[in-house]
Parts: sequence; C-alpha cells; structure tokens
Amino acid sequence: MSLASQSLSSLRRQLTAGNITSRDIVQDTIDQISARDGEIKAFLSHDPETALAEAEKADLSLPLGGLPIGIKDNINVRNHPCSCASKFLEGAYHSPYDATAVIKLRAAGAIPFGRLNLDEFAMGSSTENSALQITQNPKAPGHIPGGSSGGSAAAVAGDLISAALGSDTGGSIRQPASHCGVVGLKPSYGRVSRYGLVAFGSSLDQIGPLTRTVEDSALLLNALAGGDLRDSTSLDDDVPDYTEGLENGVAGMKLGLPKEYFTDGIDAGVRARVEKAAADLEAQGAEIIEISLPHTEYAVATYYIIAPAEASSNLSRFDGIRYGNRSSEADDILSVYQKSREEGFGSEVKRRIILGTYVLSSGYYDAYYSRALKVRTLIRRDFEEAFEKVDAILTPVTPETAPKIGAAAGDPLKHYLADIFTISANLAGNCGISVPLEPIDGKPVGLQILGPHLGEKTILRTARAVEALGS
Amino acid sequence: MADQTIDVRYVAKLARIDLSEDEITRFGEQLGTIMTHIDKLSEVDIEGIEATSHATQLSNKVRKDEPVGGLKPGDFLQNAPDQAKGQLRVPKVVDA
Repeated sequence: MSLASQSLSSLRRQLTAGNITSRDIVQDTIDQISARDGEIKAFLSHDPETALAEAEKADLSLPLGGLPIGIKDNINVRNHPCSCASKFLEGAYHSPYDATAVIKLRAAGAIPFGRLNLDEFAMGSSTENSALQITQNPKAPGHIPGGSSGGSAAAVAGDLISAALGSDTGGSIRQPASHCGVVGLKPSYGRVSRYGLVAFGSSLDQIGPLTRTVEDSALLLNALAGGDLRDSTSLDDDVPDYTEGLENGVAGMKLGLPKEYFTDGIDAGVRARVEKAAADLEAQGAEIIEISLPHTEYAVATYYIIAPAEASSNLSRFDGIRYGNRSSEADDILSVYQKSREEGFGSEVKRRIILGTYVLSSGYYDAYYSRALKVRTLIRRDFEEAFEKVDAILTPVTPETAPKIGAAAGDPLKHYLADIFTISANLAGNCGISVPLEPIDGKPVGLQILGPHLGEKTILRTARAVEALGS
Repeated sequence: MADQTIDVRYVAKLARIDLSEDEITRFGEQLGTIMTHIDKLSEVDIEGIEATSHATQLSNKVRKDEPVGGLKPGDFLQNAPDQAKGQLRVPKVVDA
C-alpha cells in the first residue's frame, strides 16, 4: 500500500513511530504523480525539489508535521504559481505571499504541495471549465471529477496524495468529494480565513479540506480554523479540538430530512442510498425527522444572481495592468482592459461576468440583486428554523452520480441546476460535509450532512458514524 | 414563454470585455434562458424582509492602528506585465 494512498492519521502514526520519514511520503507522492497523473491530470504543476527540501526540515512534534497537502490552484502559496486554471494568469503569476490557510498549515508542520486543477476561477462544477487541462474521475474514468475543486478531489481519490485544500462557493468542495468518493468539508462562513484565496463570491467562499477519512478532515480543520486580522469576515470564536468526540455516535441525535430535497429530479439510486443511510443512523439511535426548507426552489436563482454579481466585481482586478495577461493588441488604456480580458478569460468566466454586471446595472439592480439578497434572508431563516428542531440535516450532495465528460457542454443552466443541494449552505453560511456512501455501479455517491453555523463538531461526528457503517 | 433578451454588447462594454460576434449571440441565448429561470424570484413575497449581504452578521472589525510589514514593491512587480523605474507602466492615459 503506497504511502500516498493512506490517511493523514495513519501516516502520522508511522512518522512518530519512526517507521517512515516525511521524505518517504513526499517522494512517494512525487512517484505516484509521475506514474499516474498523466492519466488523471489532477495536478497542474508541482515542485519536487522544494517539497523534498521542506520534508528534510519537517518538525514531527507538530500536529501535521511532515505531511504534504495538495493545494487548489486558487490559493496563494509563496513563490508557487497561481493560475486559477486561467490563461489570464498561466505562466505569468507567482504568488508573492502565503494565504493565511497556508501559513496555518505550515505552522502545523504540513508541507503545501503542488497546484491542483479547478474550473477557471472556481466557476463550474465539473473542472471542464479549466483552461489548462481536463481532469478525469479516478473512480470512474471518462466521467467528470466534479468541481470546481476537481483536481483536489481527484488527487485524493486517485491516491496521489493523502489530502488537499479546496474552496467552496456553491458546493465546490462537497460536490467533487461526492463524485470522487472522498470526504469534503465546507466550514461555516468565517470559520477559515479567506485571505489569499483568489476571490470569486466573497460572501460565499470558504476554504476547506478534501480527505480520505473524516478524522483527517477534523485534523485539517483544527489547523485551518480561527480568526485572522487580514480577513475582517473571519470569526474569532474559539477553535475546539474537532477530533474530540468523533466516535460518540448518533444515539439521541435529531437528524432532519428536508422534503424539498427528495423530489422527482433526483436519481432513484442516489435517493435510495441516502434513505438507507438515514435508516442505518436511525438504527443506531438517531431520531429521523421530516423537515421543510420551503425556499429551496429559489436557491439556484438566488445564487446565480449573487455569485456572478460578486464575481463581476472581484474579477475587475484582472485588468491587464497589475499582473497576468496584457494584450499586445491594445493601444490605449481602455483596450488594455477590454482585450486583455477577452484574451485571458474563458467562456464560463465571461458569461458570469456579463450576468453579474447585468444584474448590478442601473435599472436592474433592484429587480435582481436587491431582491436576491432578500430571498437569501428567507433561505437563511429556513435553516435557522430547521436547526431549532434538528441537530443536522441529511441530503444528497448531487441529484445524480458523475456524468460523462462533455455531457452538459453548451448548456450552462443544466450545470447550474445540478448545484441545487449544495448552494443553500453557502447562501446561509452554514457548514456542510460530503461523506461517501456505497457506490452505484462503481460510481461514488456522497451523503451531505448540513449543520448550523459553527456546527462543525456535530456534522463531523455524524459523518464519522456514516463512515463507520461502511467499514 | 420567450426568453428574456439581454443587450450583451452593452453589458460587455460596462464589464470592459471585448466579445466576438459569436460570443455575443451565444451568450445572449444562454443568458436569456438563465434569466428566465431567475425570474422565478419575482413570485417570492419579500415585503418587509431585510437583505442578507453577508452570511454572518458582523459589524466593523478593526485592528490596532499599528504599522505592520507588507509586500515589498519588488514582490509585487515580479508579476507586472510591464514596469519601469520600480513602477507599473501603463499606456498613456491623459492626452498632452
């Protein structure tokens, strides 16, 4: 069993027992990538020399000492490239600083390793919108890995590395985790600093871990969580030990099944898996309660106003002046902006910038943007009321298992509608985790467990109970 | 119901992106379909509902007014498409 295919906690035990070294793990990761990432195409780049040098200096007394962690290519790591899988930045940008999440990983002893593919600027749910390469689903070749953190999910699922960071604006950690059969955690808004994450939807974005086990997810959250002076939306609330109480089980817990999530649009096999998981948890002493989240049907429309609006504003910094592409065709300042952006951005990014600019433009702002912010309040209240009745909510992550690569090409609305089960947690700011269930015809299926704001301990404990069912 | 029409050419100008004729046509059709779905929101009763612009209701968070280190000009300029004399160089903005 290769080192890169093991969990962080298992590697940690072997490291501290002196049976292996950090260098062994990093070297195995490098070897696995050379041998198999030509097929999977999860990594955009990696720097073996720097990683091996950092492994030599690893401090094994730290909680993640000597463990390499893959990094989604929209999170800044000092001196590493950061392309966001966009032509705009490809080959033209090296990070001058570490994101706070990376500083915290380093402080816990981990080694930030490589750059993982994504939908360009994290816009998409299949990683097909990467301008640089198409990533395969290692568990179902020919199918998408999900997205936008598709490289992160595929690297872990493909046994190239034990864990990776992703970012989740509307499901971009949980959905690829589900499609690839790994564990993906989106922390509550504000739990992890966004400083150094290339901004997409600032009121929605969160960095989180993709891992092989629930325990590893908790280990990484221990390192990542906490307030940060560089992100004024980060929360200073105490960071508990997320690994504590993981094995407490679900006896006595109240778990909700939202009736709006189990409609005709969901694949029968996916539905059966989720209902079986609920029944299994009930057999272990949880109380299963039907709940209602009445504004669910408006979530996609709300999200596809707010997220593109924020994106159109955030991506105005890519103007050809400060970094990245500057068009050689431009002859005045206006054409520098217009042509650099035309050349640098792919179709999905352009489409969302146009959509966001439109809903913010004079005459449409009130009808769309202001209205969406109010519907967002109703969606948030739905969850607040639900969490007065239940401790956590169980749902599918996606309506179907991973589609074939290219299946939804040219139909952006179809892609957007598939985000239905994940985007509400971003709009409400809640935490959510995807944990693998039994695959359908070899294709992974995830269970989503949603918790209240700062309810990470509850969903990790529930996820661990689900994970234990399968072992 | 016919899909809504968006003046993509005009919005692209606001967004400072040049688009090809093909993109203008394609985005017009795709965004029309998307806006038709989005129009679903018009049926929600939002009378008296406050807006949520952020998921956490934080008020201003301030730090002590003490200088801290930041990026050095060289760190920043390593990514600049064009530079001169330690500064970003841009095309002429003001006519003489």
